[in-house]
Amino acid sequence: MGARELIALLPIILISVSAVLAMLATAFIKSESAPAYVSAIGFVIAFISLFVAYPELPRAVTPLLIMDYFSYFYIGLIILAGLAVSLLAYPDFKKRGVRQGEFHVLLLLSVAGSATLAASAHFASFLLGLEILSVSLYAMIAYDRPDIKGLEAGTKYLVLASVSAAFLFFGMAMVYAGVGTMDLAGIAVNGIGGSISALAGIAMILVGIGFKLALVPFHMWTPDVYEGAPSPVTAFVASASKGAVFALVLRYFTQAGIHDTGALAYVLLAVSIASMFIGNLLALLQENLKRLLAYSSIAHLGYLLLLIAAGGRGAFIAGGYYLAAYFAAIIGAFGIISALSTGRKEPRMLDDIRGLAWESPWLAGFLSAMLLSLAGIPLTAGFIAKFYIISLGISKAMWWPVIMLIINSVIGLAYYLRVIAAVYERPQKELFNAMQTGAEAGKISLISGGVLAVLSVITVILGIYPPLLLKIIERTL
Amino acid sequence: MLALLIAALLAGGLLAWMAGRVKPLYARLVSLASLAAAAALWAVTFALNISSLGKGQFISGFKAAWIPQIGVNIHFAADGLSMAFVALTIVLGVVAVFSSWSEIEERTGFFHFNLMWVLAGVAGVFLSFDMFLFYFFWEMMLIPMYFLIAVWGHEKKTYASIKFFIFTQASGLLMLMSILALFYFHGRATGNFTFDYFTLLADKAKPYFGAGTAFIVMLGFFTAFAVKLPAFPFHSWLPDAHTEAPTAGSIVLAGLLLKTGGYGLIRFVLPFFPDASARFAPVALALGVAGVLYGAVLAFAQQDLKRLIADTSISHMGFVLIGIYALNPVALNGAFIEMIAHGISTGMLFFIAGTLAGRVGTRDMSRMSKAANGLPLWSVMPRLGSVGIIFALASMGLPGTGNFVGEFLALLGAFASSPVIAITGSLGLIAATAYSLRMIRKAFFEGSKPTEPAGVRITDFNAREAAVSAVMILAIVWLGVYPQPVINTAGPVLARLIPTSASAAPGRQAGYIPGGGAVQPCHNFTKCSLKTTPSGFAAVFGKGTKWAPGN
Repeated sequence: MGARELIALLPIILISVSAVLAMLATAFIKSESAPAYVSAIGFVIAFISLFVAYPELPRAVTPLLIMDYFSYFYIGLIILAGLAVSLLAYPDFKKRGVRQGEFHVLLLLSVAGSATLAASAHFASFLLGLEILSVSLYAMIAYDRPDIKGLEAGTKYLVLASVSAAFLFFGMAMVYAGVGTMDLAGIAVNGIGGSISALAGIAMILVGIGFKLALVPFHMWTPDVYEGAPSPVTAFVASASKGAVFALVLRYFTQAGIHDTGALAYVLLAVSIASMFIGNLLALLQENLKRLLAYSSIAHLGYLLLLIAAGGRGAFIAGGYYLAAYFAAIIGAFGIISALSTGRKEPRMLDDIRGLAWESPWLAGFLSAMLLSLAGIPLTAGFIAKFYIISLGISKAMWWPVIMLIINSVIGLAYYLRVIAAVYERPQKELFNAMQTGAEAGKISLISGGVLAVLSVITVILGIYPPLLLKIIERTL
Repeated sequence: MLALLIAALLAGGLLAWMAGRVKPLYARLVSLASLAAAAALWAVTFALNISSLGKGQFISGFKAAWIPQIGVNIHFAADGLSMAFVALTIVLGVVAVFSSWSEIEERTGFFHFNLMWVLAGVAGVFLSFDMFLFYFFWEMMLIPMYFLIAVWGHEKKTYASIKFFIFTQASGLLMLMSILALFYFHGRATGNFTFDYFTLLADKAKPYFGAGTAFIVMLGFFTAFAVKLPAFPFHSWLPDAHTEAPTAGSIVLAGLLLKTGGYGLIRFVLPFFPDASARFAPVALALGVAGVLYGAVLAFAQQDLKRLIADTSISHMGFVLIGIYALNPVALNGAFIEMIAHGISTGMLFFIAGTLAGRVGTRDMSRMSKAANGLPLWSVMPRLGSVGIIFALASMGLPGTGNFVGEFLALLGAFASSPVIAITGSLGLIAATAYSLRMIRKAFFEGSKPTEPAGVRITDFNAREAAVSAVMILAIVWLGVYPQPVINTAGPVLARLIPTSASAAPGRQAGYIPGGGAVQPCHNFTKCSLKTTPSGFAAVFGKGTKWAPGN
């Protein structure tokens, strides 16, 4: 490994260094804020380093990692997600009197893990990235220890993630036994050559991935974990941790031409459609905001899986755009829940944000933008993203899956609109202020307000002028 | 120019929002100013291009690349049809602003922002000639409309707004599928992947998909437009949305959003899918008749004034559907005039219903007189009452109003295609008389037992409301007496958009028109159509069509 490889690896190195620095800051600096500064600055520098290291692409860094435009695009997304989560977590934890230090170390580590996942080219790095991510997440989800729900969520995630990791490991071992290589690209290009053990292995890997992406029927953990974890952490679980795995799946499944394989493509389609329906229908029944978003995220991953079942060049464009739009919207949505929480309370139920628009019009506007983007309505990034998915489906003549997607978009719209309608409802005196939303008198911190504003602006700009992002995504092809 | 027109409305909305934070009045004034700017731009465009519009040509507008990766352009253009509808948009926009003058006291700025953006979206729909852009505006106008209903609506606003949004969004996505199918089939066949309306239409000559596919793709478009129109059985969102919306919202919904459905059918479905449309025409005609009669029956049973007007819209839009799917220029002109006239008359009826409900505190017609201490409302507010009666009569299709011209032409044309449809459809006119007269009687002439003296003095129309009404009365009567200028603007376009293959137009076969005269089959519709004969009402019947009395 020479200097050029090291430069290409710069973003991951910088994040890992920041994690160490944040740990040192936690240990040796009294100030609670120091680790938060370290993580925020670390993310910014790591993001800038993407542009510095850009000329070195594409480059294989050891057989384990491939640093190309595709990896960089997703690493960039993950770093930005990390930055947003870090900025949202700082005021959130401060308000709730939760320690800052370890959280930022864990966040940096999980971003490093996600980035490794997105760039991995080998079973070993796949595992390594996944475990760094998962282990950090166990602690992050249960970070707010006095909260019994958080502990429950953390434990649940620990058990299920371990089981899914076990499936993955065993699957990888079987694939290795069958084809004798752990090189992902090699397996994707050469196929498994009819090896039964490798086929069984791939099925097990699918199970593991299904857990990570919370696809039906491996979605059970999602609502509990989303609800129990602190909102900024939920934002991270919903965005970066899924995005990293999705990037990997998108790259190698599409490279392997899984959409042409018949049976496997049908399995993906079935899982995709089941995820859409179950996610959306369960969300429709929810009054609890975080659980609603949790179910909706199951549906969103269902939409994304449809891309892999469709395959081709279009899948990369649609996947990149969709993931970017989804990141901004879902982080924003959980960010608003985080911004509205006071002390130990956060707005849990739909009733808690009823009439928000009359108290805090800006936050209500941001929330509407996020939800409309998730619903795929024009003027928001989600619309262009959904347009690309439908467009891809039609170009492949996948009429029925597209119709399923349309039905699901409509179901999705129904519950997103329910939230928006609640937000814009005129407050009724007796109903309102069942809990303090914390929106009055500028209690929303400037940092979270700023992050939410930026995310909304991104959502709208990507909805009005898509070429900005499309140009970048096209480089990744 | 055209892009500026839309930009003026969008910018007006933003400015009104800001101005509304200072003082509600400023928001109203800014909205009016931006509408005035839009009107000026419209007038200049119209004046500069009057000759080419008369020939049914397009005014080339603004064109710029938007998403070059997939061949999407921002492309605004206009022909007579678009110009007429944009004019309607601006006029009803002004009425909507005036109607909300004293009704909307809360968050006035945000209200006007939404109002202006709906208008911009509607104008965008009428002026977009890129399929993606069209869809973008089609969906974009829903969001502000949703907010208009959900925030400023009446009792069941949440239910109504969500229902409205879901109906239109679901059908919109089906249309998106069809647009994309058009895009890919065309792209595969010609190698040119584009959303450009003109290219897609011009290449129709080399058919890029088979008849079966075309039919399915056509159905996607049809569903979206039929929901918006709304055609029976897709109408169920309409009474809720119209009733619960604030007055300005109802005006925009009934006057403009419904028209985007009819516009879409004329602009996209007929020219893109002539054969599929012809095959589908019997079904669409039947749906039209069902809508005419069903809407009328619903209207007759209503106590709620706004809901009644909403139900009459279903009936009137049935005539539009009949007019469009009769597939001949006479009927199509009828559908077009009916849309413009319905926009004015129903828009004004909602204006009146909103003002009335605001003053008497109820939309229930049997309880209205209570507010006037049991006196018939007519005796308390004669000005409002007479304006109400005029537009109720217009709505029932009284000769001398634009609605009569529209419905008569639509039925006349439909008779050539299918006498059964025309005869059944004309029953709707009788039903319209019944519900309109009932409405007039119940709302204005029926007293009730005197109750306690009402504390509030009920006021008649003030000068502002009377002025709006006067202008609109002139407009509807003008449309009824001398519709030719309007027909001349859009007629040539309509004649061109009608399906051109011989099998595609049942209306072209020799048919009968009322009066017992047999009509010569008209094979050359550039001659039969209206553009060559600008003189007078008779031109409507088509120059190439010979009357053969006593045959």
